[in-house]
Amino acid sequence: MDWQRIEGRAHRFGDHINTDQISPAQFMELSNEEIAAHAMTGADADFPKKVRKGDIIVAGKNFGSGSSRETAPLAIKECGVSLVIAEFFARIFYRNCINIGLPALIVPDTSGIGDGDRLDVRLGEGIVLNLTTGGSRKCAPIPESIMELLNAGGLLQQMEQKLQRRVGL
Amino acid sequence: MGQTIAEKILAGRSGQPDAKAGDMVVAKVDCAMLDDILGPRFLAEQMDRLTERFGADIWDRDRVVVVSDHYTPSGTASQANIVKFTRDWAARHRLSHYFEGLGPCHQILAENGFDVPGTLQVGTDSHTCTAGAFGCLGTGIGTTEMLSVLLTGEIWLRVPESIDIQWHGKLPEYVMAKDIALRSIGETGHSGATYMSMEFSGGAVTELTMDERMCVANMAVEAGAKCGLMAADGETDRYLEAIGRGERYTPVSADGDAVYAARYSFDAGALAPQVACPHEVDNVFDIDAMDGTPIRRVYIGSCTGGRMSDLEMAARLLKGKKVDSGCKLLVSPASQKIWLEAVKKGVLETLAEAGATILAPTCGACLGVHSGVIADGECCVSTTNRNFKGRMGSPEGKVYLASAATAAATALHGRLSDPRKEW
Repeated sequence: MDWQRIEGRAHRFGDHINTDQISPAQFMELSNEEIAAHAMTGADADFPKKVRKGDIIVAGKNFGSGSSRETAPLAIKECGVSLVIAEFFARIFYRNCINIGLPALIVPDTSGIGDGDRLDVRLGEGIVLNLTTGGSRKCAPIPESIMELLNAGGLLQQMEQKLQRRVGL
Repeated sequence: MGQTIAEKILAGRSGQPDAKAGDMVVAKVDCAMLDDILGPRFLAEQMDRLTERFGADIWDRDRVVVVSDHYTPSGTASQANIVKFTRDWAARHRLSHYFEGLGPCHQILAENGFDVPGTLQVGTDSHTCTAGAFGCLGTGIGTTEMLSVLLTGEIWLRVPESIDIQWHGKLPEYVMAKDIALRSIGETGHSGATYMSMEFSGGAVTELTMDERMCVANMAVEAGAKCGLMAADGETDRYLEAIGRGERYTPVSADGDAVYAARYSFDAGALAPQVACPHEVDNVFDIDAMDGTPIRRVYIGSCTGGRMSDLEMAARLLKGKKVDSGCKLLVSPASQKIWLEAVKKGVLETLAEAGATILAPTCGACLGVHSGVIADGECCVSTTNRNFKGRMGSPEGKVYLASAATAAATALHGRLSDPRKEW
């Protein structure tokens, strides 16, 4: 997967979307597929029906606050989302995204991005182009160490690569 | 340059003479906690694969604690299966520290001596910051990250900036540690401490018992913080000695010239009982502003507000009285140990006589998975830590967070009530 550039359709959310909205606890005893079937339903009941493979979630401040549940980014990834953009993330959610190989990009001002806009996001350069409106937003590129993790596919895959080197397979 | 508590702990655990905010460190973990809801069931398969292929194994069995608490006592067969899986996994890996059905993990860790001052604790639950009450840097992590910790005993962390939060003076009667927690978050905002360490100090904080300190540290994550820390002192020593863990540790406190990203100073003497209104934890008001809001459900329990001091406060307010006939009071002591102590002291008897239903120690209703979830349109006053939409059950319900004193006064009247008016 080329994490340098992601193109997709935006699903717009506001500020302070918490993990109970992203992955409601009531469904957490179910399988990963079923958890994903309820992704984001605490914020938008129709999200699982609307989302398509490659789509991008765009949110305001403090996306993913609350619980440490990894099912939150997993549910988002499982239903096809390729990238999450927010003005800033809650810390455990951010780490969880990177660890499971779901890119999370901090864009300090997302105000010009509307629901349904087509975005062309250059992660390595730190640029978000809005193909629908012609506007653009700048941000810090994803740091190299995090890009390495993403390129490996996540923390598990990176760990596996390290173990492989250690045992010389 | 002086250092904060978080900087000192992370320097120590990463084997460096000092550390400053912004540094990336690889730190050694002293205690790794897995709960039932986010623990073994999400990492077991991958761990088995890594063990089979590379011989990878748990780095130190004595430092791993597994607690089944969210799905106990199980409300559904699938919850029961998850608990069974968790129990079997702990047994298969020959882990001696497995606890089931005895109460929320953070209380279990404290009671069993895993919250050691100056150490680093990680857990698959966001309220792992509770350990900060002991000057132990506790922080929540995801399951994949936990797998990495289990196999390496290490974790990379960014050394957090710290916010200095001082509470001076003396808390008035019927105003509790929970009110300190809620007011602090009301001031910082629920993302105001994101990525940071909240460092609590001042006379009103050192006056708190460990019970009460845990309530404050527990809620640090509700301001977005990595951890909520308090320096260990004589009170910490007394607690550790009482549980037979009085052995020496290296106390950690902040230097006088430590650098803080922000400073707050509050007068505890001027604090009124606080209420966090739906659906955000920082939506905090003095009780006067909310007095009279009709409430049908009151919940006293959890790793935030179900400890001995909470139960005793509720009993004090409810002794010889009856809960309002239109209101249901549920009480879940935060651990089996507290449950038993409350029985021996007659506290549970007082609460039951007032009309309370006494539940098992569990996380159940706090996150809306069993044991007292709320219905459409129901308003609940709860001593727990989150009032997110749908948190305690129906998304059409409403949760108000408050202290055990406010919760008990509310139960008496069936509406949000000021506990200071009860005496």
